[in-house]
Amino acid sequence: MRNEDQSLIFEITKEGRIGYSLPELDVPELDLDELLPAGYHREEAAELPEVSELDIMRHYTALSKRNHGIDSGFYPLGSCTMKYNPKINESVARYPGFANIHPLQDESTVQGAMELMYDLQEHLVEITGMDEITLQPAAGAHGEWTALMMIRAFHEANGDFHRTKVIVPDSAHGTNPASATVAGYDTITVKSDERGLVDLEDLKRVVGDDTAALMLTNPNTLGLFEDDIVKMAEIVHGVGGKLYYDGANLNAVMSKARPGDMGFDAVHLNLHKTFTGPHGGGGPGSGPVGVHKDLIPFLPAPVLVKKDDKFTFDYDRPQAIGRVKPFYGNFGINVRAYTYIRSMGPDGLKAVTENAVLNANYMMRRLEPYFDLPYNQHCKHEFVLSGRRQKKLGVRTLDIAKRLLDFGYHPPTIYFPLNVEEGMMIEPTETESKETLDSFIDAMIQIAKEVEDNPEIVQTAPHTTVIKRLDETRAARQPVLRYSKD
Amino acid sequence: MKHRYMPMTTADREEMLKVIGVDSVDELFEAIPEEVRFKGEYNIKQAKSESSLTKELSKLAAKNADSQRYASFLGAGVYDHYKPIIVDHVISRSEFYTAYTPYQPEISQGELQAIFEFQTMICELTGMEIANSSMYDGGTALAEAGTLAAGHTRKKKILISETVHPESRDVVLTYAKGQSIEVVTVPQRDGVTDIEQLQELLDENTAAVLVQYPNFFGQIEDIEKIGKLTHAVKGLFVVSSNPLALGVLTPPGKLGADITVGDAQPFGIPESFGGPHCGYFAVTKKLMRKLPGRLVGETVDEDGKRGYVLTLQAREQHIRRDKATSNICSNQALNALAASVAMTALGKVGAQEIAYQNIVKTRYAKEAFENAGFDVVFNGAHFNEIVVNVKKSVKEVNQYLFANDIIGGYDLGLKFENLENHALIAITELRTKEEIDALVQHTAAIVQETEALNA
Repeated sequence: MRNEDQSLIFEITKEGRIGYSLPELDVPELDLDELLPAGYHREEAAELPEVSELDIMRHYTALSKRNHGIDSGFYPLGSCTMKYNPKINESVARYPGFANIHPLQDESTVQGAMELMYDLQEHLVEITGMDEITLQPAAGAHGEWTALMMIRAFHEANGDFHRTKVIVPDSAHGTNPASATVAGYDTITVKSDERGLVDLEDLKRVVGDDTAALMLTNPNTLGLFEDDIVKMAEIVHGVGGKLYYDGANLNAVMSKARPGDMGFDAVHLNLHKTFTGPHGGGGPGSGPVGVHKDLIPFLPAPVLVKKDDKFTFDYDRPQAIGRVKPFYGNFGINVRAYTYIRSMGPDGLKAVTENAVLNANYMMRRLEPYFDLPYNQHCKHEFVLSGRRQKKLGVRTLDIAKRLLDFGYHPPTIYFPLNVEEGMMIEPTETESKETLDSFIDAMIQIAKEVEDNPEIVQTAPHTTVIKRLDETRAARQPVLRYSKD
Repeated sequence: MKHRYMPMTTADREEMLKVIGVDSVDELFEAIPEEVRFKGEYNIKQAKSESSLTKELSKLAAKNADSQRYASFLGAGVYDHYKPIIVDHVISRSEFYTAYTPYQPEISQGELQAIFEFQTMICELTGMEIANSSMYDGGTALAEAGTLAAGHTRKKKILISETVHPESRDVVLTYAKGQSIEVVTVPQRDGVTDIEQLQELLDENTAAVLVQYPNFFGQIEDIEKIGKLTHAVKGLFVVSSNPLALGVLTPPGKLGADITVGDAQPFGIPESFGGPHCGYFAVTKKLMRKLPGRLVGETVDEDGKRGYVLTLQAREQHIRRDKATSNICSNQALNALAASVAMTALGKVGAQEIAYQNIVKTRYAKEAFENAGFDVVFNGAHFNEIVVNVKKSVKEVNQYLFANDIIGGYDLGLKFENLENHALIAITELRTKEEIDALVQHTAAIVQETEALNA
C-alpha cells in the first residue's frame, strides 16, 4: 500500500538538488578544521532533504490539503473557540516594524512596539476588570503556572508557607491540575453538584488554612455559569486562599461579567482563542495574566511602564517571581490580538459574546431531542451532550465524531469534561452563520438516525477521509517517532 | 450591530430566539448574578475600519527600527538570518494556521506529517534519538529539561553554566523554584565554563548540568568533557544548542548529551520582538516517556495505509492531569512548520553552507576589529558571535552606530559585572563585508572621538 502514501519530504530527496539562495560569500574562504577545535567539526552531515523550491511548495501544498482548518469548514471544538481568524491580523503582524525587531534593541528604537503592548495591556485590564496585566506567558497553561507562582510568592511573602493545596473542580481543564503540580502544589478535586456546578458544601469541606487557591473556569467546561461565584469567592477568601480564573472560556462573558468583579485575584487569557491568535495547528498561543493589586509586586519582571510619555521596561521588582519566558512574551500573537480588539471595539466585543451564546443555545435546543443533554439550563458559549443513549445501541461518541468527518466537519471535543459520560462538547462561536449551524445540526440528526437504523455506517466511519481510523495502540507500543532511511 | 466577522442577521436572531424559547438574548445571561453583572460596554477604543486601522498600525510599526532598514549586529539568542521566502507562503496556507491541535488524525494528516518531519530534522541536526513537536522557546525548554532531570534522577540540585543565556538562566530559576530544586551557577572563565569550579560543585546530588553550545558569548566549549564529568556523578547532561550552528558542529548527541534543547528561531522565524519563536526538545531513547509536550508517531490505518497520530499521550496533561510530565498544552506548531520549511529549503548542503558562512564572516569581523585596535576577548573557537571591548559605554557606541543605520551589539555590562564596555556582536550570513567594515569603522571613529576629547 506504500504507493498510495503521501510521501515524506525525505522520500523525494535527490542528491544534487537545492532549495535555497544564500548570500554570496564576500569574505575570504577559510578551512573550518583550522577554526574549530578537534572533534567539534561535524563528520557526518545532517540528513536534511535535498529538494527544489517547487518540490517544497508541492509537498506542503499536498499536506495542507490533508488538513482541516477553520477556513476549510466548521470546527466546533469545545473550549477551543475556533472562530474565524481575521486576515488583517496576519498582515499587521508581518509589518517589518513588528516582525523584524529584536527584543534587545535599545528601548528608544522600539517605542512603537512597546506602545502597542502597553495599550493592549490597558484594553485587557478593562476587559478583565483586573488591576494589571503581564503579557509574558506564552500560552494558557503557561499563564496558569505563572499566576500560581505569583500566588505562592504572595503567601510566602506573608510568612505563610503551609498552603500546599490547589483546589480544582472535577470538570476542570487538564492543564489546571498539571500547572498546580509544576508550581509545587498538591491538587484537591472539588465535586460538581447535580446542576453541573461546583458543589458548595464539598467546597466548604475541602478548603482550609492549607488552601493556596481555587482554580475555576466560569462559565465552566459544561458551558454553565457558576452562579454561586460570589459565595465561592467568600469561602475561598475566608480561609485566606486566592481565586484563580481560567480564561479559556472568556468568549462567553465579554461585556457580561468580568473576572475582577466576580472576586478573582488572578486570571489568564488565551489570546489565540478569544482574541483570534490564530491557533496555528496547536500554537503558538499567548497567555497574558491579569492580577488584583495584591499580586502586582509579584508580576514577572520586567514590567512595562509608561514614564513621561516614554515606555520602558522596569526590572527593579524585588518581589517578582522571576522570568517565566525570555523577553516579553509572544509579541507576534499579541499584535494579532490587539488588531482584533481594535477591529471589534466595545460594541463589537459585546456582540461577540451575545452571538456566541445565542449560537450555542440554538444548537443545544435543536439537538436536545436527539441526544441526551445532562444539564438543561441555558448554556453560555458551549454545551455538552452525552452519547449514552447511542452507546446503548452500540455506537460510541468516538464513532459519532468519526462519522461527522464524512460530512466535512471537525467534530466537537469528545470525552470531556470527565464528569459527562460519552461527552461531546460543542462550541460554535459567533462567526458561524445560521446556515452553517443548521447544516451541522442536520448532520447530527442524520447520524442519530443512523445509529438506530444502520449503526454500522457510524461504527466504521470515516468513509471519505484520506485515511481511515489509525492504529493508536500500535503507535504507542512500537513508537516510530522519526523517519529512518531503512 | 453589523460586523464583517459576524454573519447573524436580525431575522436569524429572531428565529433562533424562538427556537430557544426566550424573548431576548439577555435572558440567556440570567444566571449571572446581578451584583457581578457588567452593564453597558467596555471603556476601550472604538472599533476602526480595516483601512483606518491598517493606516494607524503601520504608522505605529514604522516607529520601530527594523532589521530591514538597519544592519543589525544584535544576536544574544535571537538572530537575523536568511528566511527563505517560501516559508511565509507555506505557513500562510490557512489549512495549517487556522487548525488546532491534531486530535482528529483523519483530517489532520498534513499537520501531523509536518510535525513528524520536524521531529526527524531536529533529530538529524542534534544527533538525538527522539524530538518532540516543539516547546514555547529555548528558555522554557531548558527549564523543563532541568525539571525533567530532577524528576528522573530523583535529585534536587542542578548546575547551570554562567555561559548560558542570562534570560534562560532566569527562566530555569523560576521553574526550579516551583519544584523546590536548587540551582547553582557555575562561573565562566575566559568565556567558557570554568571546569575546575564545575568539578568542585559536582557531587552525587547533582541531577543535571546545563550548558549552552555555542555558548552565550559565541564560544564553542569542550562540552564533551563536561558531559563526562556529569555522567561520572550520574547526572543528566543537558545541552542548549542553536540548531543552525549544528550544520557544521558535532551534534550534542555525539558528545554525550542526554537532553538537547534550543530554539529553532534561526530557521526562518522572524525576531518578532522576542516571540513567538520555537523551542525544541530532544532526548535519548531512555527518556522517551519523560518527554514534555506532544509527540507524533507513525502507524497504519485499518487498510494498512501509513499515517500519523499524536502518541504516548499518557505523559500529557489532558490524560494524566496532576501526574503529567509537564503542563504544556498549546506549543509552537506553526513555527515548527516554519522551521521545517526553512530546514527543508536549506537542506543537507545549505545547512552546512549557512553555518560555514556565519563562522567565516564572524572570523572576518574579529580580525577587522583587531586590526582597528580593539581587543576581542575570549580567544576560543567561536560560532557567529564575538565579544569586543569597545573601550567606552556600549550604549553610547550603539547610539552613534544607530545614527549610521547600524544596530550595534548587546551590552554585556547589563548582565556581567566584569564585562562593562564589552559588546556581544553577532554576524550572520546576511551581514555583508561592507556592513561589517562600516561597523568597525564607525566603532573606531566614535572611540577615537572620545579619546580626542579626553586628551
